[in-house]
Amino acid sequence: MLQFLIRRVIQVMPILVGISLITFALIHMMPRNIVDSMVPPGSPPSLRAEIAQIDGLDKPLWEQYLLWLHQVLHGNFGVSLVSGRPIGDALFSALLNSLQITFFAALVGFLLGILFGALAAVKKGRWQDSLFSLFFIAGISVPPFWFAILLVAIFAFDLNWVPAQGMGPEGWPLHWEQWRHMILPIATLSLIPMGVVGRIVRAATLEALSQEFVTALVAKGMRMDVIREHVVRNTAPQVLAVMGLQFGYLISGSILVDLVFNWPGTGKLLNQAILSGDIPVIQAAVLLLSVIFVLVNLGVDTAQAIIDPRMRR
Amino acid sequence: MADAPLHADPAAASRDRGGPLQPLLIVRGLTKHFPIRSGLMGRRTGVVQAVDDLSFDVMKGEVLGVVGESGCGKSTMARLLMQILKADRHELIFDGDPLGHTGITTAELRRQMQMVFQDSHASLNPRMTIADCIGFARRMRGEPRNMVAAKVDDLLERVGLTPAQYRHRYPHELSGGQRQRVNIARALALEPRLLILDEAVSALDKSIEAQILNLLNSLKAELKLTYVFISHDLNVVEYISDRMMVMYLGRIVEIGPVDQVYGDPKHPYTRALLASKPSHDPRKRTLVPPITGDPPNPINPPSGCRFRTRCEFAEGVCGQMAPTLKPLDNGDHSVACLMQQPGSGHSRAPI
Amino acid sequence: MTAMGISALIVMLAIAAPYVTDGQPYSGNALERLKPIGTHGHLLGTDELGRDMWTRLVYGARLSLISGAAPVLIALAIGGSLGVIAGYAGGRVNALIMRTMDIFYAFPAVLLAIAACAVLGPGLLSTIAALSIVFTPSIVRITETATTRIRGMDYIEAARCSGATDFRIILHQVLPNVQAPVLVYASSLAGLSIILAAGLSFLGLGMSPPNPEWGQMLNSLRQSIYVQPWVAALPGLMIFVTSVCFNVISDGLRVAMDVQDG
Repeated sequence: MLQFLIRRVIQVMPILVGISLITFALIHMMPRNIVDSMVPPGSPPSLRAEIAQIDGLDKPLWEQYLLWLHQVLHGNFGVSLVSGRPIGDALFSALLNSLQITFFAALVGFLLGILFGALAAVKKGRWQDSLFSLFFIAGISVPPFWFAILLVAIFAFDLNWVPAQGMGPEGWPLHWEQWRHMILPIATLSLIPMGVVGRIVRAATLEALSQEFVTALVAKGMRMDVIREHVVRNTAPQVLAVMGLQFGYLISGSILVDLVFNWPGTGKLLNQAILSGDIPVIQAAVLLLSVIFVLVNLGVDTAQAIIDPRMRR
Repeated sequence: MADAPLHADPAAASRDRGGPLQPLLIVRGLTKHFPIRSGLMGRRTGVVQAVDDLSFDVMKGEVLGVVGESGCGKSTMARLLMQILKADRHELIFDGDPLGHTGITTAELRRQMQMVFQDSHASLNPRMTIADCIGFARRMRGEPRNMVAAKVDDLLERVGLTPAQYRHRYPHELSGGQRQRVNIARALALEPRLLILDEAVSALDKSIEAQILNLLNSLKAELKLTYVFISHDLNVVEYISDRMMVMYLGRIVEIGPVDQVYGDPKHPYTRALLASKPSHDPRKRTLVPPITGDPPNPINPPSGCRFRTRCEFAEGVCGQMAPTLKPLDNGDHSVACLMQQPGSGHSRAPI
Repeated sequence: MTAMGISALIVMLAIAAPYVTDGQPYSGNALERLKPIGTHGHLLGTDELGRDMWTRLVYGARLSLISGAAPVLIALAIGGSLGVIAGYAGGRVNALIMRTMDIFYAFPAVLLAIAACAVLGPGLLSTIAALSIVFTPSIVRITETATTRIRGMDYIEAARCSGATDFRIILHQVLPNVQAPVLVYASSLAGLSIILAAGLSFLGLGMSPPNPEWGQMLNSLRQSIYVQPWVAALPGLMIFVTSVCFNVISDGLRVAMDVQDG
């Protein structure tokens, strides 16, 4: 097991390096030169050169990369071109805000997906199966930003049940006013994981139920809870893998939903950065979210290996 | 064989270049070691000596049987001969022409030499019709469609399948025996002179196996073919072969005419193998297992004679020097055992 | 069947756009802004600039369908080729291709699309390019897995014995056997592609106004949802319906082609 973990961690290293290289390259692939976006239009070349020199932008590319990587590894993501403040602080508080809804959205989506998926599988061919399968298709097909707008129009404006925008007052632990702000974003974000997880749970359960050893258990008159345990053991690795991916997608995929609900998460941060051409912020956000995505998947791999020894190749 | 029947196929006769005494295929020093890579960096931590320095001849018109336990390198040898796997070292001479830029090309060698695989299911493309499978090689060589179709029908006829009935079927619609007939037809499509049959009948029912063996025998006579017949079934090899070759852990331990090897096996491994052959006579039951244990790990084969770890006659000298294949008195029959080599130092060696 | 019918209808409308509408998706009447559904002369109402919604939705189908289908087709061509090459060649070639893809695969899809679009600038072509980059790695993976599974099969070796070139073996023997799972997977991306393309436009990274594209229309109508909720919801509804249809078709394809997972 330890050997598996070490091997996986070492396998992840080149991927992380690759991510950092691509993210670094983003700056230099931008249509607008970074120095141009830092100086006021019409500045003399001497000012440009000076700024370039301060930020090490006159050095060769590989040196810039190492410099940047060194800074990033020390938690220094640079300074926003727009606000002039360090990116790290803004990024981490946005990440916390995002995780707040992502966590609950994942929880709701996964639980509903598992519940509906298992029900659909058990009732295969009956109306429950058709209904839930329709749910799942709708869940993966709905454009989240549109669904978010609909929810706001109906529940926030027509019915005035919940607030439409923002995250309400600060504070921990969460109190009722904060929950009210979170309901709609969570509802929106939980749709896709519900659909994806529901589909995979349904398929995996059907497969597990059709296996010979389950038939043998039924034939031996095993109680239902014993059979359930076998099904869970055999479907868990697949379902876990999908859940890991979905969780990763949620963290970054909330960008459109953040926009609609005006939720101060990574999505909003990224969106503002894109609109204002704040390249260092885009770069930092992409890097951080991708690294989190990789780490989540690493965690899922490990969990899979714990459940299913065959995965410890 | 020298006294083969009259040439049924004049084309085949004209392709015979070296005359009946020239071996159809000469193999020298055929070697393949697979590296074992492990760890994170893929370091080379060992080699599997799958095939180690094989040298033998295949005579024109003969059936050379190849026997040995699973994992002894029989199938690897077949793939090396076909050039599907690249050998580390080898010298092949096909009817007097060495393989390489001075003699015969790989493409031409494959025209002369084809292979039939064991698994009749896996060896036919599930998405192609029988006719497309058989005609593939000819289509790929640019022959027009109608000519290939005529050739395919002829081949189906030859292997005992009615063309009109089977031409457009898919492999999964056929039985194992029928599929193996298709495989044989496919191998014959380029009109080769040498067929390598890799466990070609091993997966079939006994009754079907007999039919396919008879088919192979008649095809051989009709088309003047030569076979290298690989099998783990000693009865089948005895039935179909003229000469046989016994392999152990990637090396040849004994080679010779079937009646001599069966009648008077010289290598302890051959004797054990033959003793383990199920007899058709219930009174002659095998009571003591003639050979025990699994073959040693081919990653680190025993030094010297590779069989010594399972050989009841093994002595110290067996671990020190590897026996080479040496002909016995009559010349046709060769064996790689120190007990048969005068002056080898083994206590049972002839003086 | 219903899904096929609806998709076919949308495609046909998109093709026949000039004949089923007044043919003027860009011109509007400032006096007729945000008319409700069922208004005389504007069956589906008008948008915030007084342009006919029906016309814009039908013309929007053109851009949305293209930005949904093109990335999948491009990814299929590039990813499929790379996957087959990686699977068939094995060894170092495989390692090179697959490890590179791992890096792209490690980026969350939406993020990768946004980053690519931010680099390429707004527009139809950059949307297509960005989404192609997003979809390629997963298609490479699926193709590579399917190819590796059959590469050691005896019939491939038999084909090599026949002396056919690698290119022809791939074309005649490998492709027919790997196409089913790859095509099914690609078809499942079409629905996602439409949503992502619309999402990029919604962010202002894809198509820019006044182009009629569903995601872009949804964005510009966003503030009007409190005035004319049904009209404002229409572009999103179109995205939703199209995406559902594509996903249903993909599921049907999976069953018809008997593909297990993946």
